[in-house]
Amino acid sequence: MIYGLVRPDSGRMLLRGAPYQPAKPSEARQNGVAMVFQHFSLFEALNVAENVALGMENPPPMRELAERIRAVSQEYGLPLDPAKLVGDLSAGERQRVEIIRCLLQDPKLLIMDEPTSVLTPQEVGILFQTLRQLSAEGTAILYISHKLEEIRSLCDEATILRRGKVVATCTPRDKTARELAELMVGQVLTPPAKAPKPPGPVALEVTGLSVASPNPFGTALKDVSFTLRQGEVLGIAGVAGNGQDELLLAMSGEILSPEAAVKIAGQPVGRLGPNARRALGLVAAPEERLGHAAAPDMSLTENALLSSYVRKGFLKRGFIGWGAVEEFAQGIIKAFDVRTPGSHVAARALSGGNLQKFVIGREILQEPSVIVVNQPTWGVDAAAAAAIRQALLDLAARGAAVVAISQDLDELVEISDSFAALNEGRMTRPRPAQGLTVDEIGLMMGGAHGMDVAHHHEQQGASA
Amino acid sequence: MDLSAINPAVLFASLIVAATPILLAGLGELVVEKAGVLNLGVEGMMIVGAICGFAVAVNTGSPALGFIGGALGGAALSLIFAVLTQYLLANQVATGLALTLFGLGFAALIGQGYVGIKPPLTERLSFGPLSDIPVLGTVLLRHDLMVYLALLAVAGIWYVLNRTRVGLILRAVGENHDAAHALGYKVVRIRLLAIMFGGAMAGLGGAYLSLVRVPLWTEGMTSGAGWIALALVVFASWRPGRLMLGAWLFGGITVLQLNLQAAGAKVPVEYLQMSPYVITILVLVVMSARGGRAMGAPAALGRSFHATH
Amino acid sequence: MIRLEKRPTPSRFWVGATPVIAVILTMIAGGIMFAALGKNPFEAIRIIFWDPLFDPNLSSYSRPQLLVKAGPLILIAIGLSLGFRAGIWNIGAEGQYIIGAICGAAVGLAFYPAAGWYIFPLMVVAGALGGIVWAMIPALLRTFFNTSEILVSLLLVYVAQALLASMALGALRNPQGGGFPGSRNLAQYPAASNPELFAGTGIHWGVIVAFVAVIAAYVMLQRHILGFNIKLTGQAPRAAKFSGVSPMALVLICMGTSGALAGLAGLFEVAGPSGKISIDFASGYGFTAIIVAFLGRLNPIGILLAGLLMALTYIGGELAQFMLGLPKASIQAFQGMLLFFLLALDLLSNYRPRLAKREAA
Repeated sequence: MIYGLVRPDSGRMLLRGAPYQPAKPSEARQNGVAMVFQHFSLFEALNVAENVALGMENPPPMRELAERIRAVSQEYGLPLDPAKLVGDLSAGERQRVEIIRCLLQDPKLLIMDEPTSVLTPQEVGILFQTLRQLSAEGTAILYISHKLEEIRSLCDEATILRRGKVVATCTPRDKTARELAELMVGQVLTPPAKAPKPPGPVALEVTGLSVASPNPFGTALKDVSFTLRQGEVLGIAGVAGNGQDELLLAMSGEILSPEAAVKIAGQPVGRLGPNARRALGLVAAPEERLGHAAAPDMSLTENALLSSYVRKGFLKRGFIGWGAVEEFAQGIIKAFDVRTPGSHVAARALSGGNLQKFVIGREILQEPSVIVVNQPTWGVDAAAAAAIRQALLDLAARGAAVVAISQDLDELVEISDSFAALNEGRMTRPRPAQGLTVDEIGLMMGGAHGMDVAHHHEQQGASA
Repeated sequence: MDLSAINPAVLFASLIVAATPILLAGLGELVVEKAGVLNLGVEGMMIVGAICGFAVAVNTGSPALGFIGGALGGAALSLIFAVLTQYLLANQVATGLALTLFGLGFAALIGQGYVGIKPPLTERLSFGPLSDIPVLGTVLLRHDLMVYLALLAVAGIWYVLNRTRVGLILRAVGENHDAAHALGYKVVRIRLLAIMFGGAMAGLGGAYLSLVRVPLWTEGMTSGAGWIALALVVFASWRPGRLMLGAWLFGGITVLQLNLQAAGAKVPVEYLQMSPYVITILVLVVMSARGGRAMGAPAALGRSFHATH
Repeated sequence: MIRLEKRPTPSRFWVGATPVIAVILTMIAGGIMFAALGKNPFEAIRIIFWDPLFDPNLSSYSRPQLLVKAGPLILIAIGLSLGFRAGIWNIGAEGQYIIGAICGAAVGLAFYPAAGWYIFPLMVVAGALGGIVWAMIPALLRTFFNTSEILVSLLLVYVAQALLASMALGALRNPQGGGFPGSRNLAQYPAASNPELFAGTGIHWGVIVAFVAVIAAYVMLQRHILGFNIKLTGQAPRAAKFSGVSPMALVLICMGTSGALAGLAGLFEVAGPSGKISIDFASGYGFTAIIVAFLGRLNPIGILLAGLLMALTYIGGELAQFMLGLPKASIQAFQGMLLFFLLALDLLSNYRPRLAKREAA
């Protein structure tokens, strides 16, 4: 709204003491308001300079603009090559494009929406330095985040919103993270309980897995290897866009690989599709709920059928037993406390958290021997997130092997027995999770990931 | 069969004429697709342009007004497509098909009274003695104004798309409409204008068919030219220069097949008639085998845009 | 200002109501169009929609024609609807229809003048195979080279039309036809003909197969995993891949089915109502079937009703041509208009228009 994308239904805004009501983003930009978006504001097939030009009111000619991009990016320690296609950049570099786009307009107010969700801890450190430098130069910064530690370390004042309403305003340095969390969520959190368990036989074995990405700007997997035993939880960390999606697809059977690269309980399955792998006990829950894990316009009953008919035996000579599917859907709704008027409702009508509970529940209730999840609690409120983590741990306690891919380090530390990180499609050797510090994890995730060498990614672009 | 009856220079000159309608329509569609919209109604817009241009030219006696009429007819029809897909969020493939079916019927309806009439002659430009240069003069310098305008449009569209801010915004909208919207660009309005430009170009191409290339009005006279223009856009990897080469290639095959018929080739006429379509399919296959992304297909092509905030 | 709000679940009421409203709006707009052509709009609408069924002098001829025309439309549209649901756009059914007719007729003519019960079934198989082969060209090109099946299937219609002309003038020409183009009349060759089965109804084998296809498609879409996979692929392709659907197999199945049904429609037509391969054999059923499929909301029962309605406009259009001197093409424009209105109204089943008030600040 401040950026002019939505108009207020009522009320008014003041900017530097004067009434301010931008009708469109260009008006906001003229008033010195700039915004760094959480996602979808870059054009992958256009180069850096073109992307920057699109976000400016009166961009100079391309050659001049390219020079200024180089200059400003050096000044703030965010190196960028203006001629590179944005599609070939890493997530961190893409964010730099957004930030530089804002900086070139000398903003008076900079709005940032969840800027660190795609960065490594080291990259976050560099970003915060840049922001402090800007703040010292007199730029006001509106920083929107759900990460409490960041708010505490960076912000002078915090306003807490819950479902569109202001619930509190405070000075974050004076509060503990837990107090802030309770203001944000409105209830006391319970971390999941972890029961110690003996290691079982090998459930999933991945050896030298290298596959190309199905997406033109995706990341290829390079020589990924790990072994997972029954009852074990492997947490895989990494910044978005480093091969997480591809790893899930290669596990679920949506990308095929050489026969022996993936083995379920010793049986090679590299060339088998999703249903054959499900029959052998492996299920998966992709990150994107609407459109990948679930079909938006289909009912919950139909979505329950989507990935379960092999393991639940819903088909007789190809004909669907809808009665049994309906029961299964009701079962998921009940067991995972999915808030919905009924199983006839279209998936897109559910809130993100409720749909996530449904998707994870659908896979867990199939009692798999291996489950692979990507971002299991992304965009889910704290209570539901805790429930999902507990369900995964319970499943592991019943003897299943769990692969949890996530960008939320706290989550991984909480549930993992062993820990690995993905960086540009390569995976580190899994290490026992016990005793790992956040710094060590950050180094595993790629250390000073591309911070000093902007051309570092050429190799990735060529192989993708 | 008497191949010596085929004069290469004349063949080349008529190739350029044969290529002009699909070049015009293809350029329009290229701009539309660069804005992220797939309009399969080219055939319908071309034939409506053909009859509108023809009717205006016959009634006013002026081919120039005829071409303007053709462009307006095509643009008016494309406006239906624009409203349906941009404001009413209708499926672009289905709407494009409806546009073609409707256009064919509607054009036949208007055209009833125009069957068998000759349109006023579109004059060829004269470059004085230059036009008499052997071969080169015949091939390049003895055409009507529209041929040169079409070639100019190739250069103009290339320049606008790649070197101007308008072009950059258009490509941005076709690449990622959500991001373009977030930056404050009017996605729907930009697409609306692009669609109407495409309609006008298709209408021009149609008018060129009925006023110069044939020149007569008959029902269904576009006979797939609109579809070939669509195929050319893919063939050209969304690049205006390549589109021109593609149009010449297709024009060449059409002219050659007509010349072979006239020269009394041993091959049955029907097989010569189908050759342009078969070759278009073959070319499409070769191009698409190289993969869509590498070719520069706009990422948002064919997807509806609805602003949620 | 009107704002569109996405409905959480598609409105069942509007899914059913839009085709009806679209038909009414088309009648109004068509009436205006006829008035502009200087005809009495009410009379024109009555002649197109009412007289073929209820006029005492005409209905004895036109009622059976209804099923004769609806049969191929429904048969082709059922096949197309499966692909359209899955996001596979076979718009070259007209070509598959022609090739089915050529192949079926060729088999029949090859046996001429022998008699035998097996001749007609063989022709049916040949017709279906011809349609499948023609549809497999775009299907295979799509799966192996990612070539647009829209363009290839459509361009192949022109190739099929040229083939039809060459057959009518060459290989299949009636040797006793005195040099005129066109094949022998299959209707006069009992072992290869597809006659009217019940006098005065217009029902021939093609109509029966069309009804069977409607029921089979209905059951498959409601109860069979293949139908579920087709719907899933159309609505959410990535979810379909996750579910384990092979997109390649689905393209081949959908294109093959629609090709087979279009080929069958062509065979039944050439052996029955049309009788012979001739230059003007192709009558645009393959394109009108696209409208039928959409008008029927890609639903088998809806397609059945839409096919009957579209057949009615065909017959009514012929009547209007004969009685009012309306041009043949006006019916085509009329059908296109119907599709426009339908697409425009489709919005209402997925979005809810809301009047948005703006407060003065």
